[in-house]
Amino acid sequence: MAYNALSEAEKVFILHGIQDDFRNDGRSRRDFRPMELQTNVIASACGSARFCIANSDILVGIKPEIDAPFPDKPEEGKIEFHVDCSANALLDFEGRGGEELALEISNCLRITYASPFAFDLKSLCILPKHQCWKLYVDILILQCAGNLYDAISFAVKSAFYNLRIPRVNSALLDGGNVDLVLSDDPSDCDRLDVQSIPILLTICKIGEHCVIDPSIDEEICSSSNIVVGVSRNKIVSLKTISGGSFHPDTIENCIDLAISTAKTLDNTLMNILKHEESLTKSKKNIKCSFLN
Amino acid sequence: MANIKINLLMNKAKYTSDLGENNCRIYTTGEVITEQKDFMRGHGTYVEDGLIKSSVVGVVRQINKLISVVPLKSKYVGEIGDVVIGRVTEIQKKRWKIDTNSRLDSVLLISSINLPGGELRRRNAEDEQSMRKLLQEEDLLSAEVQNVYVDGSLSLHTRSLKYGKLSQGILISVSPSLIKRRKNHFHNLPCGVSVIIGNNGYIWISPIVNVEIEGQGGFAQSLDAISKSDREAIVRIKNCVQALASCYVMIYDTSITFAYEESLKYEAKELLNHDTMYEIGFNTKLKLMQQE
Repeated sequence: MAYNALSEAEKVFILHGIQDDFRNDGRSRRDFRPMELQTNVIASACGSARFCIANSDILVGIKPEIDAPFPDKPEEGKIEFHVDCSANALLDFEGRGGEELALEISNCLRITYASPFAFDLKSLCILPKHQCWKLYVDILILQCAGNLYDAISFAVKSAFYNLRIPRVNSALLDGGNVDLVLSDDPSDCDRLDVQSIPILLTICKIGEHCVIDPSIDEEICSSSNIVVGVSRNKIVSLKTISGGSFHPDTIENCIDLAISTAKTLDNTLMNILKHEESLTKSKKNIKCSFLN
Repeated sequence: MANIKINLLMNKAKYTSDLGENNCRIYTTGEVITEQKDFMRGHGTYVEDGLIKSSVVGVVRQINKLISVVPLKSKYVGEIGDVVIGRVTEIQKKRWKIDTNSRLDSVLLISSINLPGGELRRRNAEDEQSMRKLLQEEDLLSAEVQNVYVDGSLSLHTRSLKYGKLSQGILISVSPSLIKRRKNHFHNLPCGVSVIIGNNGYIWISPIVNVEIEGQGGFAQSLDAISKSDREAIVRIKNCVQALASCYVMIYDTSITFAYEESLKYEAKELLNHDTMYEIGFNTKLKLMQQE
């Protein structure tokens, strides 16, 4: 990941700060920056969310489509991730600059969601061997202030919570052709179980210490980063980003740290999502558009 | 235990300054400012059909008969004598290219710096080759604008002991329109923090360094660890300046000191929350008005 530059002395300042457990914005090594969330921001998507960690701003929309399942997995649906790095977020993303990062992030999500512990793809099945839902998850990076992986995974989880798939009333096989009857009522829809949907946590190794939620400056100073996908206290994926190496003991520490953090984070996220839903239910017709 | 907080975007407080005096109107591009003929057009305006119109989005400033529009957000437009902070982007023959938040990179000629120890420059190829020993790529420095070229790019000089390479500290970038022009832009605040407020919107916050002892012509760099109390004060000032910038309060020594006093009842990391930021910005504005 290429970002803005830091001089040697600034890097030393950040490094000493992390040793003192007092980072450049006053946080300790275990603190997240304030986060903000809103679901149902795109009217044309079936599930959408906007998630900000400080100035990292992510917009996610999910659209379902009917598709044929893979022949080797006849009872499973499909999910496709697409990340778009807007040049507004960072100048480095201009032109084709963001493609590599976008591919890296979407691959990481794909691997994480492919784990059988993470996401029950069978819930997307309509008619085994013939038809299933294919979910297109479109992720747009609006602003980048570090810690993209985490922000994106929270945004995707929130969008999945918000996702409403049209209910299939009946699916019949009629001489090789599938006859689907979808519900006419737009409010009559299915929701997915999001409890097990994984979240990603970036653990950033700076000097001798591991920190969570690195800012963009801290990412520059880091010797190596590890992204841990956690679903219900289980690790579902592990990936190092931006080079560097880890000692086996450090990896273990990182994983422990990720699991304990993910637990609180997941609870907080689910609580706030439920809270938002109860608020919007009680106050019907609140139109919170994306721009205001 | 990790400190994790997620808010809802729809509950996000919007910053409003209800201080009464805030009835300034914002002009958009192409909007007619005045139809009267006896005014002169200044920066940010143009004349069409005998009318003065705004060429940028901003507020109108009138000095006698001269009407100009100050843009809300812009790149830095330099003036001779301004104090700026810059980052070296490139080393060329006999000059450094410096990023100063303007449209074009500024230049610092090797003839417009003081060599360490007040040594006189021998005009030979050798000292051109040793330029990187003085300032590397990505190093930060403070300088003064010596000249403005016709294309708007700046020529800088560091011919004073107070200018030169910057050591450990934090750089923050705010809009150049928020910087108040003062006689002095170098401040040693009573809380033990030195602040350089660059006219270009870059603000450098560092521990107080004794220039007479340290400054070998301003190119020495100390990489020693900074004491925790100094670090806390630096981080607090940084968060305060960001709070002021988010509330559109003019940034100068008095406003920073007021914001610092206002912030003492909070922990440094609490200043990252929007509510706290707005409270500090509002209270500072109030205090500044009372003082006038």
